[in-house]
Amino acid sequence: MSYAVEFDHVSRHFGTVRAVDNVSIAIEEGGFFAMLGPSGSGKTTCLRLISGFERPTAGHVRIFGETSEDLPPNRRPVNTVFQDYALFPHLSVRDNVAYGLMVQGIDKRTRHARAEEMLALVKLDSYGDRKPAQLSGGQRQRVALARALVNHPRVLLLDEPLGALDLKLREAMQDELKALQRQLGITFVFVTHDQGEALSMADRVAVFNDGRIVQEGSPEDIYQRPRTRFVADFVGSANVLSPALSRRAGGPEAWHSLRAEAMEAIEGGSGRLSGTVTTVRYLGAVKRVTVDVGGDELTVAIPAGQDAPAEGATVGLNWTATAMHRMEGA
Amino acid sequence: MEAVRPGIAARLSDLFWRRPGALLLVLLIPPLLWLGVIYIGSLAALLVQSFFSIDEFSGLINYEFTLKTYAELLRPANFDIILRTTLMAAAVTLAAAVIAFPIAYYAARFAKGHMKALFYLGVMLPLWSSYLVKVYAWKLILAKEGILTWAVDGVGASAALNAILALPVIGGGSLSVSYIGTFLVFLYVWLPFMILPVQAALERVPANLLEASNDLGARPGQTLRHVILPLAMPGIIAGSIFTFSLTLGDYIIPQIVGSSRLFIGQAVYAHQGTAGNIPLAAAFAVVPIVIMGLYLWMAKRQGAFDAL
Repeated sequence: MSYAVEFDHVSRHFGTVRAVDNVSIAIEEGGFFAMLGPSGSGKTTCLRLISGFERPTAGHVRIFGETSEDLPPNRRPVNTVFQDYALFPHLSVRDNVAYGLMVQGIDKRTRHARAEEMLALVKLDSYGDRKPAQLSGGQRQRVALARALVNHPRVLLLDEPLGALDLKLREAMQDELKALQRQLGITFVFVTHDQGEALSMADRVAVFNDGRIVQEGSPEDIYQRPRTRFVADFVGSANVLSPALSRRAGGPEAWHSLRAEAMEAIEGGSGRLSGTVTTVRYLGAVKRVTVDVGGDELTVAIPAGQDAPAEGATVGLNWTATAMHRMEGA
Repeated sequence: MEAVRPGIAARLSDLFWRRPGALLLVLLIPPLLWLGVIYIGSLAALLVQSFFSIDEFSGLINYEFTLKTYAELLRPANFDIILRTTLMAAAVTLAAAVIAFPIAYYAARFAKGHMKALFYLGVMLPLWSSYLVKVYAWKLILAKEGILTWAVDGVGASAALNAILALPVIGGGSLSVSYIGTFLVFLYVWLPFMILPVQAALERVPANLLEASNDLGARPGQTLRHVILPLAMPGIIAGSIFTFSLTLGDYIIPQIVGSSRLFIGQAVYAHQGTAGNIPLAAAFAVVPIVIMGLYLWMAKRQGAFDAL
């Protein structure tokens, strides 16, 4: 199996800070790989280790099987879409996109033609003469994308590319990025702190915390079977049950995750646990009901069509035994 | 309840709140008077004077419009002064830009905390001492018996120094009486005025633009040429306006250090003083203004301000 990018026990320390600590990953060619984690978790440093802006303190980064530590960024077959786009303010959109070709010495006519093709790919034809300052955030994002793709990189790195966009635009761009990745067939490596973004776009997700990878797997793995409390908390889909609470609910004494939509709340009824409804929040497709079960709070998601208990009501909570997922850690 | 009668300050602030235009006017009148009457006014008076002429026999000013005085400027003796001054200003500006850029780049990109404070101190410190003291100090440094000659002797390079001094035009008896000496002192005295604007311009170039350029395949030299220099250009132009115009107008440095041949500033000084030829002095004074105007126009046409 050939990998686009491999991390072989890679560490990157800044003084006493272990930004990346003994990380090993293998990113398959042609995949859409997401690095998910809170800020300061080492995901961006990992991206910079691939682009070449950081060099590992220990370990090796291989790009298409080749050890890359001694290769400067300009000689790597990867390109980056930067977080705040980093468009050259003094160049037109066309010259921005053609920049990668210009520094290779490709003549003006050819590179402008290729730049126009790229602009058409991101649906920005006819914007070539403008300056970046004259574009909206979403358009700048597309220019950054076209500019990074013009050199035909074998791996495209995206550093929080949708972070600065508003919600609606972000959703539209998620679909477009995904479609673009399929159309081009190149490897996308994507850094984000937004779990929704990571789960909906990527086909592999690595969850980072404190410079280490805490879990790597398919979006479904991460969502349904979080390995640790941190993942369950960060992905945010599930209730975390302490060993004591798990025992009270009739399970083994260990940390468990329990997804909000796998539970039902029966008013006045009995169940594995019972408690008092503290808040009911209406979120459109679901209602989120928070239930106090003797000091711990659990969240139940109730589909929009069904009746939800009122605040202050006493409810019994029920779920099937398989919905409880056992996690690591004491 | 009895209404409190507002004091004069309160009523004034109320008035300004109701009429923001009045506040603006009050704030702008002093600078407008200064700029309009004292600065622009005296410039206009200067311009008018340059269109008068002097009667060669009586030495009196003839108050009739004429271009005769400007024609005087084209006489070889006067035109040489203009050429000499402009070439010196151009050489000083070019050298200042070349020397200032790496210093400014270091300060903008790499210096942090104490190093940055040290940089500002190092650049500004010479500006705290008197200009005359610095120029006389340089005269001593560059003199035939001065410390530079001594040091050059010490390392056994006097032959090289003598070869340089033997060069036609720019050489001379010693560095302190040569154009090279004038150039060095100009360069030293005006260098901070180039470093500071270039550093300010470089400071505003986001680091990720350099990374983006590198990421797209550019070597460091290409990044310098295609990203850093165009974005630093407004700062370089701002600095060159200082070094160029200050050199064009200076009349003290070439008098203390250099050959006895005149620069524009000295010519203005001589003509308006002992010679009493105010029209020619005014015409000479207009020359730097015209040269600066042409320079800025060309810089704009070359796109130097595009990144502003």
